[in-house]
Amino acid sequence: MKSVLYFLTACVVMALAVWAYRQNYETQAELREVKELRAQIAELRERAGVLRAEWAFLNRPERLIDLADMNFDRLGLLPLRPEHFGTIDTVSYPIEKITDVMAQEMRE
Amino acid sequence: MTRTPLRPLARILAARREGENPDAIERANLAARHEAARDASRERAEGRLLVLGIVFLCAFSMVGVRMAALAGSDPVEPRAAASGAQIVAARADITDRNGRILATNLTTHSLYAQPPHMIEPEKAARELAKVFPDLDEADLLKRFTGERKFLWIKKRISPEQQQQVFDIGEPGLLFGPREMRLYPNGAVASHVLGGAGYGREGVNSAELIGVAGVEKALDEVLRDPGRGDVPLQLSIDLTVQAAVERVLEGGMRLMNAKGAAAILMDAHTGEIVSLASLPDFDPNDRPRPATEGDQAESPLFNRAVQGVYELGSTFKIFAAAQGIDQRLVSQSTWIETEGPLKWGTHRINDLRDHGPALTVQDVIVKSSNIGTARIAMMIGPERQQNFLRDLGFFKPTSVELIEAPGARPLLPEKWSEIHTMTVSYGHGLSASPMHLASAYATLLNGGYKVTPTLLKRDRFERGPRVISENTSKQARDLLRRVVTDGTAAAFGEVAGYRVAGKTGTADKPKPEGGYYEDKVIATFASVFPADDPKYILVVTLDEPVDTTGKKPRRTADRTAVPVAAEVIRRAAPLLGLAPDASAGVTLARN
Repeated sequence: MKSVLYFLTACVVMALAVWAYRQNYETQAELREVKELRAQIAELRERAGVLRAEWAFLNRPERLIDLADMNFDRLGLLPLRPEHFGTIDTVSYPIEKITDVMAQEMRE
Repeated sequence: MTRTPLRPLARILAARREGENPDAIERANLAARHEAARDASRERAEGRLLVLGIVFLCAFSMVGVRMAALAGSDPVEPRAAASGAQIVAARADITDRNGRILATNLTTHSLYAQPPHMIEPEKAARELAKVFPDLDEADLLKRFTGERKFLWIKKRISPEQQQQVFDIGEPGLLFGPREMRLYPNGAVASHVLGGAGYGREGVNSAELIGVAGVEKALDEVLRDPGRGDVPLQLSIDLTVQAAVERVLEGGMRLMNAKGAAAILMDAHTGEIVSLASLPDFDPNDRPRPATEGDQAESPLFNRAVQGVYELGSTFKIFAAAQGIDQRLVSQSTWIETEGPLKWGTHRINDLRDHGPALTVQDVIVKSSNIGTARIAMMIGPERQQNFLRDLGFFKPTSVELIEAPGARPLLPEKWSEIHTMTVSYGHGLSASPMHLASAYATLLNGGYKVTPTLLKRDRFERGPRVISENTSKQARDLLRRVVTDGTAAAFGEVAGYRVAGKTGTADKPKPEGGYYEDKVIATFASVFPADDPKYILVVTLDEPVDTTGKKPRRTADRTAVPVAAEVIRRAAPLLGLAPDASAGVTLARN
């Protein structure tokens, strides 16, 4: 009886040792991956920063004004002026559809 | 193990023969057996104690070794902890109120040399001079072959230049990473941003520090590592700022002015939507401060914040509003305007003769110096000073620019009655356009004190009340009349926006004393819309002259007013203010 217990204990110890060994290496692998990901994130952040800076640079007011001037024939963009505001009653709604909806509501 | 019997037969028989008690033998044997058993168990216990001692020794030495290792090694961040903030840029971005980038960081490289590691200094010098045309080959060679073990060649190089230097293949030429500050919009908002430069420099990194403007005033906030990647959000609106600068530049050219400044401010919160000062500069390549001549002529000089000027008739509304607030006068009270008004040796005159008397309303509308001086005399020096102090004219503005605390208003040394009179129409007290803008905001927003700020405010608390709601409304009515009937009537009206404002033309003081005849500071301080004040606009032109007429005209109504009106016409729609449809603006139809 005793020797069976000893044998079982030895087996458990060995199994635990194998488990701990594998955990150790798995952890190290994970940490390496985390480090790599960190480096990747840092690089991507830097690239995102560069892209944001480039976006801001390409959208700088000076350039946009020049582009609007250059493409005036096609786009006809002008600086926003007070006359450009409209009122809600100048917007033409698709009349027919509205009457359809109203008719449906009446039926209901 | 052989067991000794307790009663060995031979000895018992022998003892019986001798007539001794055989029990004594049994007892002696029992005692001996007990002794042996005790010895054995003590030995075992001692052995166990030894093992236990060894185990404890091992355990404690393990703890000791671990402690020594922890104490002796460099601290390391736990790698498994989730966080990403420590790898973001060393200096926070600056954005406008809508999140558009005004300043950001870029990683570039610096170039340095270690001559002891160089193989062919001659070739390196020749090739470097080809890559960088501003470097001199002979000079480089002298430095490479000299005593020095380390020298900087370029603080900042582009990726293309880095590749070209790399292609030289010289092991003594090395690169160090460098963060640089980039202002993608160029000169737009240059006076607000200021600029940044390098502080302490090492091979692997260099400190980016602010040198002017917001960058310097909020340097610690921007460099705070706890900020992570949260940008600093300003109250500036990039689109409006660019439009204002463009209009102002055109106006400055048209009016032949040598400088101009404009401040567009939220009338209630004090948030500065646009702050322009011309001439300006590119903060990416900030010019060096002038070492000679007048600093105020330099493009680095912020006229809106640093420039203290006598702001002329724009001050008149303060006297009128205070008179009304303290019930000394009403809008229809008649004020004597017979000139000249004498006080000691001083004589106060009006530009034109306004007759024997004007109502308070007309004193403002027609801009009478004599009338304003008389109202100020009713108020008295003490109350006038208290009021101007409440409006913020006695100390530098608190706006978040490093230049602001230095711009202290120039006050009369001894505030006598003559000063009360001259200050009431804007002479004898110099203040910056920023002072004027915040005072107008306080006066016209319903009477609550406004503190100007360049930071976007999420929550806003009203300042203490300075004048009553009713006085504020009357002041707006008076200023509205200036634009509809008075000095600003010709050019000040912007259809649909109900502009109210006051012109001011002040002669420039000569450095040696006295005033120039033909150099003025023209100012237009305004609020729009008059019945529901939203924004304050102050436009100042330095030495403007309108040469389109027969005679050169310098007064603000011909110079600053048309520029300000155009600024409102451009900026108000961008701010989302729709014009009042009943005011005759033909709105878009489709």
